[in-house]
Amino acid sequence: MKREVPLVIVFVSGAFMAFQYFVPHYISAAVYQYALNWTIIVGIFTLVVGIGSLVGLHYDRISRRKEQWRYSIVTLVALTFVTVIGLYSPDAIQNPRGLFMHVYFYVLAPVTATMFALLAFFIASAAYRAFRARTVLASLLLLSAVIVMLGRVPIGEYLTGWLPEGLRFSDIAKFILDYPNTAAKRAIYIGVGLGVAATSLKIILGVERTWLGGGQ
Amino acid sequence: MRHPKKVIQSRLAFFIYSVIAFSRAFSQPSSELPETNFIFRYEMLAPPPGPPATVSAMDLPNDPGKGIIVSWQKAPGDNDVFHTVVGYAIYRSQFADSGFTLISRIPGGSSSYSDSDTSLVNGRKYYFKVAALYKNDTLYSSPAGPAVPEPQLFHKQRIVVLALMLLFSGSALFLISRARRGKNVYVRPIAGIDAVDEAIGRATEMGRPILFVPGLGEASRVATIAAFTVLARVARKVAEYQTRIIVPNYDPVVMTICQEVVKEAYAAAGRPEGFNERDVYFVTQDQFPYTASVNGTMLRERPATNFYMGKFYAESLILSETGFVAGSIQIAGTDELVQIPFFVAACDYTLMGEELYAASAYLSQEPQQLGTIKAQDWGKVVAILLMIVGAVVYFFSTPAGDSFSAFVQGG
Amino acid sequence: MAQASFWQKLMDIDRRWIYLVIGIVTFVPMLHYVGMPVQVTSEVKAVYDRVESLPPGSIVMVPMEFDPATAAELEPMAKAVVRHCFSRGLKVMTTAFMIDGVVLVERDLREVAAEYGKEYGKDYIYLGYKPYMEIVLLNMGENFRKPFPRDYYGNRLDDLPMMQGVNNYSNISCIVGINATSGADYWINYANGRYGAPLALGVTAVMATDYYAFLQSGQIFGLIGGLKGAAEYEKLIGRPKDVANRSMDAVSVAHVFIILFIVIGNIAFFAGGRGKRR
Repeated sequence: MKREVPLVIVFVSGAFMAFQYFVPHYISAAVYQYALNWTIIVGIFTLVVGIGSLVGLHYDRISRRKEQWRYSIVTLVALTFVTVIGLYSPDAIQNPRGLFMHVYFYVLAPVTATMFALLAFFIASAAYRAFRARTVLASLLLLSAVIVMLGRVPIGEYLTGWLPEGLRFSDIAKFILDYPNTAAKRAIYIGVGLGVAATSLKIILGVERTWLGGGQ
Repeated sequence: MRHPKKVIQSRLAFFIYSVIAFSRAFSQPSSELPETNFIFRYEMLAPPPGPPATVSAMDLPNDPGKGIIVSWQKAPGDNDVFHTVVGYAIYRSQFADSGFTLISRIPGGSSSYSDSDTSLVNGRKYYFKVAALYKNDTLYSSPAGPAVPEPQLFHKQRIVVLALMLLFSGSALFLISRARRGKNVYVRPIAGIDAVDEAIGRATEMGRPILFVPGLGEASRVATIAAFTVLARVARKVAEYQTRIIVPNYDPVVMTICQEVVKEAYAAAGRPEGFNERDVYFVTQDQFPYTASVNGTMLRERPATNFYMGKFYAESLILSETGFVAGSIQIAGTDELVQIPFFVAACDYTLMGEELYAASAYLSQEPQQLGTIKAQDWGKVVAILLMIVGAVVYFFSTPAGDSFSAFVQGG
Repeated sequence: MAQASFWQKLMDIDRRWIYLVIGIVTFVPMLHYVGMPVQVTSEVKAVYDRVESLPPGSIVMVPMEFDPATAAELEPMAKAVVRHCFSRGLKVMTTAFMIDGVVLVERDLREVAAEYGKEYGKDYIYLGYKPYMEIVLLNMGENFRKPFPRDYYGNRLDDLPMMQGVNNYSNISCIVGINATSGADYWINYANGRYGAPLALGVTAVMATDYYAFLQSGQIFGLIGGLKGAAEYEKLIGRPKDVANRSMDAVSVAHVFIILFIVIGNIAFFAGGRGKRR
């Protein structure tokens, strides 16, 4: 029963949602909206479970003095502090001079932007290490990459602006993006779309059951 | 099709303007042109204002009800040449000749409006008027209607999608039953999946943990569900080899499922006491803070093997480069096309797109799983045939071809 | 052999040297602005031309979905588009579907509006954030008031002068969606696909490669890709010294150095006897 009941629920709701797409009647739309509202509600409550897991993990590290346990104190203090100031101020988000917004603008925003900025350094080191012209196809790929990279920045126009139209890096880059890139992406999207359809079908029919936990 | 008179008018206006412009340009240098009070305005050649013609109102098709579509022919001067119509005002009433109230104003250039007001009542008659708004004038059309909003039971524009869905599902079921009857189904080897066991063995030998990152998607995403399949396989092996597995999660729902998967794997391996709930934990639902936490875990715990399975976004390269620095062997799988190149550059093995979805079939080798992969292959054949037909139709551009194209697109 | 050892050392160079070089080549051009010419591409010009052709008083929807991480790329283009709209006397309607970017968007809108002396409620409105973007977009096609009965500041939409008679996408001249997420697909599927609203997108450079297919098929009428796209738009609106343009020197030099690293890496790889794997 423990496994059969969820499978029946998945089958009924999955089949309904699949056919609801073709039935615009307001009763069908209302049921769809109702199901989505429940998704939102359930999602919010699972956040409580998630936070419980996070707090439990760090409390465990602190109490057992595991490696770098002091950082766990920082995590819990930060979590509590931001939650309290967010809940305590009635206009936390709309007051640009409030403490909550100061934490957002002067802590969260710069730290998040810094993490994203790491990509620039990591792509350089990944490119240096991994972009090898081992085969003819790899060489072709590298050449395309160089042309597109230079074609998408002003220096490409500066270097090849004297060439006739159609031979400049920017024109070749546009051609590569408009045709080979688009064609390849479309092909992969079709494959991915079919894969999504197949996997969804397996889930609805109960063929795919790993989401229940424990494989078969 | 534009009215011939309007075509002649616009061409005449263009010709006159060109003559005036050229004669002024070549007669005197512009700096020597005398001051004049006459300022030529293009709108001087525009047709006189008039109301929108042939206004019609009908039930909005393929909707849940309470929808009416109002269409009209654009008012004089509302075209690519003159732009004299500032906008249109739509009026509605339940009576044919009185009680019209303004319901909306829309920009010029429009020739239809969908009225989806929730106050509309299905089955009731409504009448509409459309007013053309000029700079100095407002001209009303005669009333159109009655239009009666009704809900539809079937979305006619999606009939092709329904047919393809039934075709695909039918072929999947057929192939599954064929596979169950013992018909051999070939699936090409996928290096990333073959390497899973070897990677787990490496971690066991080195005495270091395995890090499994199920991505940033919700549990409803197919890529995340595929990640659960791989996790189940990895967790089972990990439980048998008594290696530690760490699973940091972005989504709380995903976390609860991952905990169940890992717990069941330990139970199935006969080692339920080996499962540590604290190793399958929730981090945060913020992209880069999650990435920072996982990076920290990698650099502290130094896992021997990293698995990245599921939905990844900009953090993919940050994770995989950090994993490389930590000296881990890395196997990635995602259906986010934009992130696949980053994983290919930094990871040892990458499952691309549908290879990730095929992982469950590949790992289990079950007939019903393999049958759906075959159905995908057939689906691709159909897609290729449709592309060839579409290209031929487009190339020859006949009215029949245009109709066929519109039918397939649901338009 | 000494020479082979040199190539091997070059291949195994500490990655922190690479980080240092990238840091320097990105930072130095920001201090000294050269101003290499930015060539405008047709996909960005298409967005500019559409906005330019709208009569004053038209409403342009500029939904902004970016957070602090992607603000570096998308904030310049968002500001450029809004500046263009305000300079043409167009009205702007904005939403923010990334929860981390809600206050960023509000701040940007307020700052740009102040530059042009625009009044909230009359010249621009900010609807704010709602979860489950897919549903919100569908509901906005029926009526903006359905998902947003009130704006970000709590005002009823019916009380705002700009929203009088404005109900759904039919009342909007065009949508220029500034997007850092796959939510761009929802705009294409629902706003354009289902309701026929003219749509252009402004996305990060990495995402832009995905959306050329939609540009070709006509589902979007324009595409602004990454910081370069933002620089092109700034050039078109006559602000060639704004932040995106000033950043293009750094971007150009960094690209050149990354290509240089690839070349050096390949030379070291082949000259060093194809090296050994990790």
